[in-house]
Amino acid sequence: MSEMKKIKNLKDFSTSADRFEGANLLCPGCAHSIIVREILNATNDPLILSAATGCLEVCTAVYPYTSWDNSWIHIGFENASTAIAGAEAMYKARKRKGKLPASCEGKSPKFVAFGGDGATYDIGFQWISGCFERGHDMMYVCLDNEVYANTGGQRSSSTPIGASTVTTPAGRVSYGEKMMKKDMLSIMAAHGAPYVAQVAPNKWKDMVKKIQKGFATEGPVFINAMSACTTEWKFAPDDTIAISDLATDSLVFPLYEIENGTKLTITYRPKNKVPVRDYLGAQGRFKHLFKPQYEYLIDEWQKMVDARWEYLQRREEASV
Amino acid sequence: MAEKMELNEVEVWDGNMAASQALRQAQIDVVAAYPITPSTPVVQNYGSFLANGYIDGEFVLVESEHAAMSGCVGAAAAGGRVATATSSQGFALMSEVLYQASGMRLPIVLVVVNRALAAPLNVNGDHSDMYMGRDSGWIQLDAFNAQEAYDMTLMAFRIGEDPEIRLPVMSHQDGFITSHTAENVRPLSDDEAYEFVGEYPAVNPMLDLANPVTYGVQTEEDWHFEHKARQHHDLMTKVFGKVEEVFAAFEKKTGRKYNIVEKYDMDDADVAIVALGTTVETAKMVAEKLRKEQGIKAGVVAPRLFRPWPHKQIIEALQNVKAVACLDRSSPNGAMGALYNEVAGSLYQCENRPVVTNYIYGLGGRDFTVEHAEEIFKELAANAEAGKPTTPLQQFIGLRGPKLSFY
Repeated sequence: MSEMKKIKNLKDFSTSADRFEGANLLCPGCAHSIIVREILNATNDPLILSAATGCLEVCTAVYPYTSWDNSWIHIGFENASTAIAGAEAMYKARKRKGKLPASCEGKSPKFVAFGGDGATYDIGFQWISGCFERGHDMMYVCLDNEVYANTGGQRSSSTPIGASTVTTPAGRVSYGEKMMKKDMLSIMAAHGAPYVAQVAPNKWKDMVKKIQKGFATEGPVFINAMSACTTEWKFAPDDTIAISDLATDSLVFPLYEIENGTKLTITYRPKNKVPVRDYLGAQGRFKHLFKPQYEYLIDEWQKMVDARWEYLQRREEASV
Repeated sequence: MAEKMELNEVEVWDGNMAASQALRQAQIDVVAAYPITPSTPVVQNYGSFLANGYIDGEFVLVESEHAAMSGCVGAAAAGGRVATATSSQGFALMSEVLYQASGMRLPIVLVVVNRALAAPLNVNGDHSDMYMGRDSGWIQLDAFNAQEAYDMTLMAFRIGEDPEIRLPVMSHQDGFITSHTAENVRPLSDDEAYEFVGEYPAVNPMLDLANPVTYGVQTEEDWHFEHKARQHHDLMTKVFGKVEEVFAAFEKKTGRKYNIVEKYDMDDADVAIVALGTTVETAKMVAEKLRKEQGIKAGVVAPRLFRPWPHKQIIEALQNVKAVACLDRSSPNGAMGALYNEVAGSLYQCENRPVVTNYIYGLGGRDFTVEHAEEIFKELAANAEAGKPTTPLQQFIGLRGPKLSFY
């Protein structure tokens, strides 16, 4: 059985032992480290972790140092999911044969893979799909900062429409990224996964609840974590939580979960809904949208977010 | 507990079944695999063993060869015995992860049933995939028939998993000619085979919860070179001795003797063919025939170990011959053949350098015949007599159309 931590307030985080050290090379204000600490702190169970090539990986395991006080593996950009699935298969096999190390006695390790949106939405998509189809007992966490941040800010299929990136820059005749953000959560739910959820680091109670639910779930769990990127979204490093609040309160990043492929539940309803304009206006990557020739996109954004919120509510109501 | 399989003293197995049985007997913890011709039967046989109670490990049927090797790396780092099988395009697809497996010093066994690389698409045997693996940091063992495919696959575990070695091992056999040809194979019993392979000696397993480990770190110009140098150092200094040790233990158990470089009729040979895979057996037969019928002192040299390259053993085997032909079953695509380059590089250090020529043959499964081998030996005899090449340095043999040769 899983051993969950009782986390009632933020102090409980600060007093619990860190399995992910503050000694890392992530940018000041990076949401990745907040999310990873929230996830690792949600359980007392031992953890076996993997990470895809990306910001989290290059900033936490630079030889001869490591920020991880759990076993951790990085293979490549696309295969963090399959790496942890392999470890999980080894655990099952050795357990069946009675050949686990003595330190596993009475413990039930959890297997978690981390990847950015590049590793998840794009290059590693096939590997994740394979792992979920096969039903490994694992959690896959996407640290979704909507851009290839590690390589300097190129667009990904998670980049939202209108964002200026170095490969889709806003210019005289372009408003930046032309494509809509891929709906990864629906795709993962369509695999029939027992549990998929969107989380955000600012809503830490919602986060802990979902992660603990995920750890208690048998089978593959997909978590899409919004990770505000101070460097590529272009906001001040001490505004990470404020930007995250704008994302969740404008419903640009709605928080919800889907169980067994269909049962959708909204887990956060903002008391005071913030206009999408406020979310966009707080970030340098959308600055150009406030020029007269592109301003129509802000209205379109608001319509898209409203339509999506309407859809999610109807899905929840219908419970299908 | 997996059931034991009762085997006959002599079984009629093709190379794929021989390798599959060796995998079964090694009691692997995790096999992550994706089928591809001509190694598909290895994956199918394993599935059949599992369905009938002969396997108690995990069998992960992944969605690609890249995922197969990725799963193998994750499983091996977790701490346990791991193997898979592939060929050709599958090998190419997993090549990124091959380097990661060896760089992390994970002793995975990969059965490679050699096949050509597209384009044009071709399912038959040549050594393009095998050559592709030669800089990947794996140990490469080469079998010339089904019996050897069984023996090499079994020994691969003991060589790679040794705590002093900790390197992944490829067990190669020729696509179709070995993999799909039924031959007599003398297997060990399940108990004997497992006793020979031994319990998996875990080193830094991720599953040891008391001792967390970090695998697959970042190193840049400050440490990358040292890591690569250490891996190369171990390949160059530790593997040969370990392979000899395991070959000796295997001989004691089975009576079957293997060498890092195999030599046939080489004691007084003037001319020699150097080859890999099934071609070795054809060349052996022809050497024997030419000795009897034409008095050509012909011999055959065959590296059992392709990586690490047996530089000293090759010199020792060939230093006294007058003419050598290196046979490459892979398109060199703008160079001399890889085997030629390796052998010539080693023989350059000899006092009396033999004349060394290169033959490209058998691409995409084109037959290599007795007549081809005879022709090569005759050309070698002329080279030996003249003390210099009497033919172009590189010739294509068995190719239709006008003769193709270079230099």
